[in-house]
Amino acid sequence: MDFSLSEKQKMIKKITREFAEEFIAPIAQESDQNSQLDPRVMKEMKRMGYFGTCIPKKYGGAGLHDDTVSFCIITEEIGRVDASWSITPGVHASVCAYPIYVFGTEEQRQKFLPPLAKGDKLGVFALTEANAGSDAGGVETNAYLDGDEWVLNGSKIFATNGGIADTLLIVTKTGQSGRRKELTVFILESDMKGYSVGVREDKLGVRASNTSELVFQDVRIPKENVLGGVGNGFRIGLKILDYGRILMAAQLVGLGQAALEASIKYANERVQFGKPIATFQGIQYKIADMGVEIESARLLTYQSAWMCDNGLDYGLMGSMAKLKASEAAMQATHDAVQIHGAYGLMKAYAVERYFRDAKMGEIYEGTSEIQRMVIAQKLLRRGY
Amino acid sequence: MKIIICIKQVPGISEVRIDPKTNTLIRQGIPSIMNPHDKHAVEIATVLKEEQKAEVIAISMGPPQAEEVLREALSMGADKAYLLTDRAFAGADTLATSHTLALAIKKIIKESKKGEKYLVICGTQAIDGDTAQVGPEIAEELGIPQITYVQKFELKGNKITIERVFRTEEVVIIEANLPALISVLPEINQPKYPTMGGIVSAFEEKEVIKWGEKDLNAKKESIGLTGSMTEVWKIFTPERKGQHIILEGTLEEVSKQLCEVLKEDKLI
Repeated sequence: MDFSLSEKQKMIKKITREFAEEFIAPIAQESDQNSQLDPRVMKEMKRMGYFGTCIPKKYGGAGLHDDTVSFCIITEEIGRVDASWSITPGVHASVCAYPIYVFGTEEQRQKFLPPLAKGDKLGVFALTEANAGSDAGGVETNAYLDGDEWVLNGSKIFATNGGIADTLLIVTKTGQSGRRKELTVFILESDMKGYSVGVREDKLGVRASNTSELVFQDVRIPKENVLGGVGNGFRIGLKILDYGRILMAAQLVGLGQAALEASIKYANERVQFGKPIATFQGIQYKIADMGVEIESARLLTYQSAWMCDNGLDYGLMGSMAKLKASEAAMQATHDAVQIHGAYGLMKAYAVERYFRDAKMGEIYEGTSEIQRMVIAQKLLRRGY
Repeated sequence: MKIIICIKQVPGISEVRIDPKTNTLIRQGIPSIMNPHDKHAVEIATVLKEEQKAEVIAISMGPPQAEEVLREALSMGADKAYLLTDRAFAGADTLATSHTLALAIKKIIKESKKGEKYLVICGTQAIDGDTAQVGPEIAEELGIPQITYVQKFELKGNKITIERVFRTEEVVIIEANLPALISVLPEINQPKYPTMGGIVSAFEEKEVIKWGEKDLNAKKESIGLTGSMTEVWKIFTPERKGQHIILEGTLEEVSKQLCEVLKEDKLI
């Protein structure tokens, strides 16, 4: 058992922390308030390869496709400074670019990956609809084959990166066998006729991240754009979500870490009744619990990443990591606001943003309830 | 063309604390970093690499853990790195250090194509020792021109044109033919962070070659402690004397307060 990071991973951690503190920290509050991603920071993130982390070098990526631990380090470190800036490249790479690498044909890889890896094009994975989300089987967006093209109709909602994406993975109903829906994942390009972006949502947290509705009206998609074979959408979709969950967990570990660091600093500085509030047991217990919860979540997260890198089945561990990390972040940010007192309610203090961002984590990429269902099903079916 | 950059690993703080009993640096709990000036040298080298199709070689003398800063240089775009590490090199002053680095540079040049031009780039000074001597001493050892305190730089063909800060206010422009050594000021550029792909290459595709005393055919009397002409007699942090007060308020209020304080102390 070896918990140490490699020298390469340490360097990735150090550089990403320096980058996040220099470029993202100063604009984090502004990003949250105006719901915008500063183009100057986006440009630097693209230059540094954060949009192509998990893509092999031969397709223009950073070459961390077999090093999910490093991808988690990056996502955690950026998440430690700002959740929106962490999930924008994180979602792009983990649930759009990476699946094209894993499930795509060589032609699809060569065509779609280089611009995605460089961040010249942004990616999205869209499953959720008005009547489908937790229940993936409820997908109503459908497609039928017409000659050499599939004709797609329907809409998706709450798609992360939706409004700014160029390459979109769309989970679509392509048939029905008995009671079972047959799903297929299509690679849609934003310049295809009939595709449009609907409403951009105004959210509680992770506000700079773009969450939008996607609308498809007779979008004609060439047959070559089917990802992983017709009818394999359910299986592929779940695999994609499994991988994405590890990164979501890493982002939330970073968020919890940020809340803990802010709380430690504030508790040591804030004086009441003639001494720092860190000397009061009520505060100490909160700090201790935050530390324990975040570290537990971190261990689960990196264990899932390690399992993924070593070819082990990480589905169960990934769900545990996502569940634990989202609840640890929620608890930590909740306590962080409490420790900060009235200051914690103010926009001027980052913990106010952390608290709102953490609530998102318990819902997106699989709610806590769905994680518990998945975990229970796996445990009950095969034991532990 | 070869561009050789000299890099030092230093404690990551601007104010170094000294153990008053042993007169040595307190290193405990302080991370090691690449000397900030040297990052500017690496940046220049990687830009030149693109323009001139040059090979960038980073060298450092230090303990085995100094490999870390060489890996960082490789991440930023250097092609190859040499770590000069040997117990025999320990305790070196600037003279013995520059002698050792110069031996390595000579070896690198000897092993390269005949007549291949080269440029050595150093940061002006290291934030721990602050001597600014190693660059110039390397140039002397190599018998090549040296230009220090460079704040602007251009290379055309075999000729470099630089702007050098002179007596803090004046700037002089100097030309020199290669080979040459320059030591650069932070003003020369803004170092870029390494890319993620660059870090992967640095650890998975590039090499840090370790050279010791024997590899360099170094003479005992010229390296390490024995090769050092200077001896550190005492290092200390100056004691903070006197008190300071912070005046607060508008410019007008602060000016008034300042006048009162100066009058009180009979300074005006």
